[in-house]
Amino acid sequence: MSVGSAGFGDLRPDFPLLAASPGLVYLDSAATSQKPRSVLDAICAYYETANANPHRGAYKLSGAATDAYHGARATIARFLGAADPDTLIFTRGTTESMNLLATAWGRSHVHRGDRIVVTRLEHHANFVPWQQLARAVGAEFRICELDEAGQLDIDQLRALVTANTKVVAFGHVSNALGTINDVRTIVKIAHAVGAVAFCDGAQGAPHLRVGFDALDVDAYAFSGHKMLGPMGIGGVIVRRKLLEAMPPYQYGGDMIEFVFDGDSTYNTLPHKFEAGTPNVEGAVGLAAAVKYLDAVGMDVVRTHEMELSRYALARLREIEGLVVQGPATAEQRSGVVSFTLGDIHPHDLSTMLDVDGVCVRAGHHCAQPLMRALKVTSTVRASFYVYNTTADIDALAASLRKAKDRFGAHVG
Amino acid sequence: MSAELDELYQSIILDHNRRPRNFRVMDNASVHADGVNPLCGDQFTVWLQLDGEQISDVSFQGSGCAISKASASLMTAAIKGKTKAEAEQLFEKFHGVVTGKHPEGAESLGSMKALGGVSRFPLRVKCASLAWHAMRAALGQDGTPPAPVSTE
Repeated sequence: MSVGSAGFGDLRPDFPLLAASPGLVYLDSAATSQKPRSVLDAICAYYETANANPHRGAYKLSGAATDAYHGARATIARFLGAADPDTLIFTRGTTESMNLLATAWGRSHVHRGDRIVVTRLEHHANFVPWQQLARAVGAEFRICELDEAGQLDIDQLRALVTANTKVVAFGHVSNALGTINDVRTIVKIAHAVGAVAFCDGAQGAPHLRVGFDALDVDAYAFSGHKMLGPMGIGGVIVRRKLLEAMPPYQYGGDMIEFVFDGDSTYNTLPHKFEAGTPNVEGAVGLAAAVKYLDAVGMDVVRTHEMELSRYALARLREIEGLVVQGPATAEQRSGVVSFTLGDIHPHDLSTMLDVDGVCVRAGHHCAQPLMRALKVTSTVRASFYVYNTTADIDALAASLRKAKDRFGAHVG
Repeated sequence: MSAELDELYQSIILDHNRRPRNFRVMDNASVHADGVNPLCGDQFTVWLQLDGEQISDVSFQGSGCAISKASASLMTAAIKGKTKAEAEQLFEKFHGVVTGKHPEGAESLGSMKALGGVSRFPLRVKCASLAWHAMRAALGQDGTPPAPVSTE
């Protein structure tokens, strides 16, 4: 079977890089996704018909660029379930979004003796900014651990989120293990003590229907390049009253209202948080990407990836010595399967798979605190998206068996 | 395609990965240094015992991929008894071979020529070089004071 199983056909022809490389088995979409033709065309069309510096000129072309940029913002906000597009701040991606929150909000709201809570599952981008904020202001930095089933220990989280907790920063989906967190429950725990709940959605937005307003979360960050869009664009949706209470993150053009010799006043949302000439091509490309995802349907995307995960878990577990990390079932995880094979080092595995055209990630997945807790230095990670099929997983399994034969792996 | 892999993972490499030589802590070492690759978590310590200019003993310990471990093991066997200057010359020859810049050096590398296959996999050159960089750091031959070196 090589056709998508969730009600849509093979989408590979829509992706020029994949269409041009029939032998390529791309299983690293958690690192970055491939881009459909419609995204590439939208970027070209922007430069061919509407390129100028937005907000600056009084001429029509600048107006066209401004419309393209804010039209993209509205499209992406709607896709993520946010009614107020001006609360979507464009950034370079989730990393910059989390740094924006930890700096602009954190430096003005977290003080000595306050507590910051993160989880063991976090990517470095949602770990280090909070760790360093805590060190800088003298706040407590606490990490919620995983339970024996590899899920976030919600009871421990309840105990950790004390009255002096100001922020709970957590990932929607673990990039290393695929674990899906229960956003609503975590938000309730944070709000019960008056803390804010900030969600790193880098691995959530590409794969799950988000519904920002319904989640009641205070901020949700995402990266465009992991959801079929170009690199260098992403954003964070933040509740309006938080944005209004935060100082700017960066200073410069576009974000100011009046500049006097001694002080300045700032522009309205979203401009207050978008200093300098914006990444219009990125925003336009990302808007085309979410339109593509909308056309497929996020519920269909989820079903497809769950079926691929279920198939992958079954096929990989047939290989003696292969140990899958993370949640036991496909329902509890996104399209990410992280594993080790006997005593073969993940980098050796990755090289051997690469020779068969199978692209996987090997390493610590920018989650060293998690890897240390799992007592592994690194794993191999296969991750799936809309263009993957069960044939890709068959190719992965076949290549893994060849690698095991070559190394004569010790599996005991 | 798997001819490339046959060349990369020759039996001598797999053997040195499985049964690394000189794989021990050296208590009475003259110098030592760590080599780390934070990207993949590979981490080795190299110990050297010096008798004047001569490397009278060398050992290593740590964890890493087959390429980095086998390369470390082969290195210890190759430089034991050599002078510091000879070890440095060997490094330069080795580096020319694994980077593919001077493949002609392979014939004088002895069993280390098995690592020549690395030149077909540019992403793995840092694996093959890790222990060498640690050795050079320990000897102060890389221009830095003895401290952890990184190949990332």
